[in-house]
Amino acid sequence: MAAERGPLRLDRYRLLQLALLAMRAGPALILLLLIIIVSLTTPVFFTGRNIGNVFSQTSVIALLALGQLLVIITRGIDLSVGSTIALSGVLGAIVYGHTSSSVVVITVIIGTGVAVGLVNGLVFVYGRVPHAFIVTLATLSIVRGMALWAGNGTLVFGVPASIQTIGGSTLSTGGSTLDWIPYSIFVVAALALACLLLTTRMVWGRWLYMVGGNPEAARRAGVPTRRVLVTVYALSGLAAGIAGLITAGLINGGSPTAGDLSELDSIAAVIIGGAAFAGGRGNVGNALVGAFTIGVIRNALNLHNVDPFYQLMAIGIVVLLAVEADVIRGHIEGRVRVAQAVRQA
Amino acid sequence: MSAVAPATSAVLSVRGACKRFGAVTALDDVDFDVRRGEVVALLGDNGAGKSTLIKCLNGVHRLDSGVIEMDGAPVTIHAPADARALGVETVYQDLALFDNLRPTDNFFSGRELAGPDWLPRSMRLLKRKRMLDATQEVLARLQVTLPDLNSMVGLMSGGQRQAIAVSRAAAFASKVVILDEPTAALGVRESRNVLDLILRLRGENMGVVVVSHAMDHVMEVADRAVVMKRGRNVGELIPSAETYQQIVSLIVGGAE
Repeated sequence: MAAERGPLRLDRYRLLQLALLAMRAGPALILLLLIIIVSLTTPVFFTGRNIGNVFSQTSVIALLALGQLLVIITRGIDLSVGSTIALSGVLGAIVYGHTSSSVVVITVIIGTGVAVGLVNGLVFVYGRVPHAFIVTLATLSIVRGMALWAGNGTLVFGVPASIQTIGGSTLSTGGSTLDWIPYSIFVVAALALACLLLTTRMVWGRWLYMVGGNPEAARRAGVPTRRVLVTVYALSGLAAGIAGLITAGLINGGSPTAGDLSELDSIAAVIIGGAAFAGGRGNVGNALVGAFTIGVIRNALNLHNVDPFYQLMAIGIVVLLAVEADVIRGHIEGRVRVAQAVRQA
Repeated sequence: MSAVAPATSAVLSVRGACKRFGAVTALDDVDFDVRRGEVVALLGDNGAGKSTLIKCLNGVHRLDSGVIEMDGAPVTIHAPADARALGVETVYQDLALFDNLRPTDNFFSGRELAGPDWLPRSMRLLKRKRMLDATQEVLARLQVTLPDLNSMVGLMSGGQRQAIAVSRAAAFASKVVILDEPTAALGVRESRNVLDLILRLRGENMGVVVVSHAMDHVMEVADRAVVMKRGRNVGELIPSAETYQQIVSLIVGGAE
């Protein structure tokens, strides 16, 4: 039904489609550009040792971002994940003082994360709180307080060797070329794969995007929206627990101040990855891209000996750019709709 | 009241429907039928009870009293899922689409094809190819053309979105499709397409109920017009140039 047009003429609709395509690839392109620039200005960047550092420093943000992604897709937010890193590590270290079983310690650390997430989800959904911001702001405070109380305000020393390895060691291949790869990146990869399977291949993933895109219609379509929401926060807690495990391994103990402000990093990563704060949008790949964008910026500024204050500012600016890009995307999409109607006529 | 076709072989019918909301009587002893291969327009001013009636038929509300029958056998419809299981689908005015998802995902929203069966439903793996094929088949059958089945519904025009919502209902309805103000938000050309789609549903031997304010659209596609007023069925007419004035006066209340 489209009107006749010259074969070479790019109509408005195609142009807008191209713009949207560019925006979709945007986060990955920006990360790529960033990596090229950094590696040109800083030869050290592409050494195995440094890349290993980037991986290791980014793994916590990446893990949190995977959980945060699920939450943000449902129009929510989870501010408690940083505090959860602290509490899970402290409890794990305390339990290690009474048992040498690393299975028990790992279960306690990850279980703490899931428990905090479940509380968030249950209070948010069944307490009928208008937005998860309030609930998770409260648990941010409560959980941090619990970590400080349980740890008496200081580091609780010691976690099992296995956790130290997962959190702080690189592949021990006896001097091979791969010995810069930290174990933690495999944990990230495993959780990312699980999230990918969940969001793109399973029924639950469809429900997730339905609840985020149109909660009322999802309810009418028979989606168990409350169960989906509770699960989302439990999974974010699970991711935070796993991040707590990596952190505890890295510092060989549980620190009540660990993970401070990392909830903001995780939110920044998801937003840089092009997810919409209004919900329904975002994917696993782009959330990882967002996490690594933050990681690479930090690393580059470190290599250049730039003051950490500037790092904070740089990441803030990138977040602003990402949010603005989301606004522009919304704008272009509106014009695509109009162009679509015009094309039909 | 007026000339009405005999109530033979109604696929969906209600007898003596009553529904109260507190002190307000929304439905007061209403009878209503729709037959296979028939388009029935449900007309009436705001607050006449049209919405309440269709919401009782599709399970959003529950009748206080009255009997709903499908193909002559009494049925209980207490939830939207009951109505859907009986082959009754509804297209709401807000369309209930997911703008962030593709047409196929919208088609199968809440009834995804997935397996294996021994897994809990939420964990099952989506049969994406089968869902895509089924969507294409329904769209082709109803002669709905969409620019790109891979782009999200939020990027499509109002008419295309309406067509997706109607096709989704048609895909899963085996007996009746209820449309609430299907042309309210559309331009002339897009309305035309939706009306054609309604006629195609009739051609598929479906019972179609159209709630609408747009009289000229009603005159065009409806085989029968049912007029409601203050919770009662006040008249049934065959829409035509001759009965146009009569229908209008029934709606605004002159003929009571």
